[in-house]
Amino acid sequence: MTGLDSSPVEPAPVDLPPLTEQTRLEAREIMARYPVARSALLPMLHLVQSVQGYVSPEGVTLCAEELGLTKAEVGAVATFYTMYKRRPTGRHIVSVCTNTLCSVLGGQRIMDALSSDLGVHHDETTADGSITLEHAECLAACDYAPVVTVDYEFYDQQDVESARELVAALRRGDKPEPTRGAPLTDFKGISRQLAGFSQYADSSAAAAAIDAPGALGPTLVGLRLAEERGEAAPDMPRRSASSSSGAGAAEAAGVESAKRGAPEPAGRDTGDGRTGTDTPAGAEPGTSGQGPGKA
Amino acid sequence: MPLTPVLTTRWGAEKSWRLESYERLEGYAALRTALSMAPEELVTLVKDSGLRGRGGAGFPTGMKWSFIPQPKPGETPTGPAAMPKYLVVNADEGEPGTCKDLPLMMADPHSLIEGVIIAAFAIRSHFAVIYVRGEAVHAHRRLVAAVEEAYAAGYLGSDILGSGYDLELVVHAGAGAYICGEETALLDSLEGYRGQPRLKPPFPAVAGLYGAPTVINNVETLASVPFVVRGGADWFKEFGPEKSPGPKIYSLSGRVVRPGQYEAPMGTTMRELLEMAGGVRPGHELKFWTPGGSSTPYFTAEHLDVPLDFDSVAAAGSMLGTTALMVFDETDSIVEATLRFTEFYAHESCGKCTPCREGTYWLVQILERLVHGKGTAQDLDLLLDTCDNILGRSFCALGDGATSCIASSLKYFKDDYVALLPPEEQARLGRTLRLEPVGAAS
Repeated sequence: MTGLDSSPVEPAPVDLPPLTEQTRLEAREIMARYPVARSALLPMLHLVQSVQGYVSPEGVTLCAEELGLTKAEVGAVATFYTMYKRRPTGRHIVSVCTNTLCSVLGGQRIMDALSSDLGVHHDETTADGSITLEHAECLAACDYAPVVTVDYEFYDQQDVESARELVAALRRGDKPEPTRGAPLTDFKGISRQLAGFSQYADSSAAAAAIDAPGALGPTLVGLRLAEERGEAAPDMPRRSASSSSGAGAAEAAGVESAKRGAPEPAGRDTGDGRTGTDTPAGAEPGTSGQGPGKA
Repeated sequence: MPLTPVLTTRWGAEKSWRLESYERLEGYAALRTALSMAPEELVTLVKDSGLRGRGGAGFPTGMKWSFIPQPKPGETPTGPAAMPKYLVVNADEGEPGTCKDLPLMMADPHSLIEGVIIAAFAIRSHFAVIYVRGEAVHAHRRLVAAVEEAYAAGYLGSDILGSGYDLELVVHAGAGAYICGEETALLDSLEGYRGQPRLKPPFPAVAGLYGAPTVINNVETLASVPFVVRGGADWFKEFGPEKSPGPKIYSLSGRVVRPGQYEAPMGTTMRELLEMAGGVRPGHELKFWTPGGSSTPYFTAEHLDVPLDFDSVAAAGSMLGTTALMVFDETDSIVEATLRFTEFYAHESCGKCTPCREGTYWLVQILERLVHGKGTAQDLDLLLDTCDNILGRSFCALGDGATSCIASSLKYFKDDYVALLPPEEQARLGRTLRLEPVGAAS
């Protein structure tokens, strides 16, 4: 893993869009977001990928130059992460979850069918440059299993036929609506978003992406069931600013009006009479027991 | 127990991810309260609430905040107390089966942001980062938009709501690496390195991001904080058991009639949750399930009445993890399921330590030949021996987690493994098969 320029899988395509001065300026904009510039490296790799469709030797060089790192240092990072591609990608990246849960519900069958239809295997791109196919690890959508993503937008509850149709449409140049997510752009566009920039030409397109509705059955199933059954969380205590004690209809009414009123005044109590000053600053952090679980 | 929507309560509202909806539904009310309190009071309030981390480890949140070294009155601070403090949100949801933080960030990103501001204020931090899994593009998009809205409304930036408190919040996208959900690997990744875990101690509370004191909290944990502030510690403790209280998002997936997110008090049982989800699909029966993702030992039908809270699940031999309840029925092969999970760990092992890097590789080889009917009589013991050499010997919890599904499947479903052996190998099977690796009891 000594950098991408020493081991290109294939020569850079001749029609590769060049990284420009604009790319450098945007890289510096990312660097300025953080107290330490190197924190910008991951978003910068998304940025160079958004221009060229993969992390090219040129992209590695740009990141290295801007951050004062060696190309080997940047290459070591770029090769660690699944989302940085080492070869030019297709216009869209189709990811099929084949982790256990999606797999038992049909994810592996979907992957096999798409692989057969497209004539490519994992991490390969169709000859027409339309699609890069990959199998993915858990995409955190198990309640919508089995899932396929295109440019990481969710197509939920897929089966072999729906996934085949999806991919056929993509190859025709269509962009079927995701079931949860924004209208598709392409892999380069989504890489630009991940670098922290808008990929849209205007604010209405950006707003449409943010507000894109989705079929949210599993997300809302518990909430809807609670409504149906009339179940709810215990009521929060009604706390008035004067924190008077006692109960009864009169007070409840008073609290209701206070609730609609102005912001809470400074100096209100915490609601249960504590003064709250016993924080042991600097208390033996070595005993915190943090981890080893995933925090 | 009944359903108790708290964190999920706004999810069905019209454009629930927009500031306008959030404010209409009492959003940022807790922030106004919090900014009128002393930071120490907030730490105490969260301690008193009993809130424990929702990312899997269950560490008490208020205590974690209290470990941040703060300057003492009247003294010139030195060491970590003199350094900037950081708050980092672990939004790198990727534990197989886990799907609670992404829907939360999509449906209600402002609740996370409000929790971030309150937590940052409590630990006296002026720079916070939400590290979102790279593949989670829709959640990332809505978070970025919500952060912009929050800046424009004066909830972020300088002199927040006229309080004099300043906070910058950056949404940072990862790039596809499960290991970055481990908090110190996340910090390395956030600093622009390969995401590999760090040796602890020092803990992040003393030497975290850029070597400075850092709190790392999970999304659901921080989204709970505004409710603790609004409802108070006593209200929060009305949910579930005394030692791990609060509402909890349970994510059911797999062979159930209505998979999805069910928010109920900590300590709700799988029997109750299955009833809510319409049960196992008709004509089939439950075979095995995970209480909290693939890193938590499997449970079976025997465990339907275990209260799903941190302590009860641990006492029953597994871990609450991320309350990712993957349900499998009698048509699903436990050995194949275990192979898939093991392939996942082998792929995601960061390579830093030998037991995990090599061990997960070998576990895949053994499980593959078992699944393909080419196993040998020694293979079951070999699996356990390999687990022995990973569990407790790995650099971080990824390696430990990789052994959970193997050890627990052999414990409960040894016959399923044996049935995959060729007949001549079955005949040679040793009589002394151990049931779980050394030290697996915890």
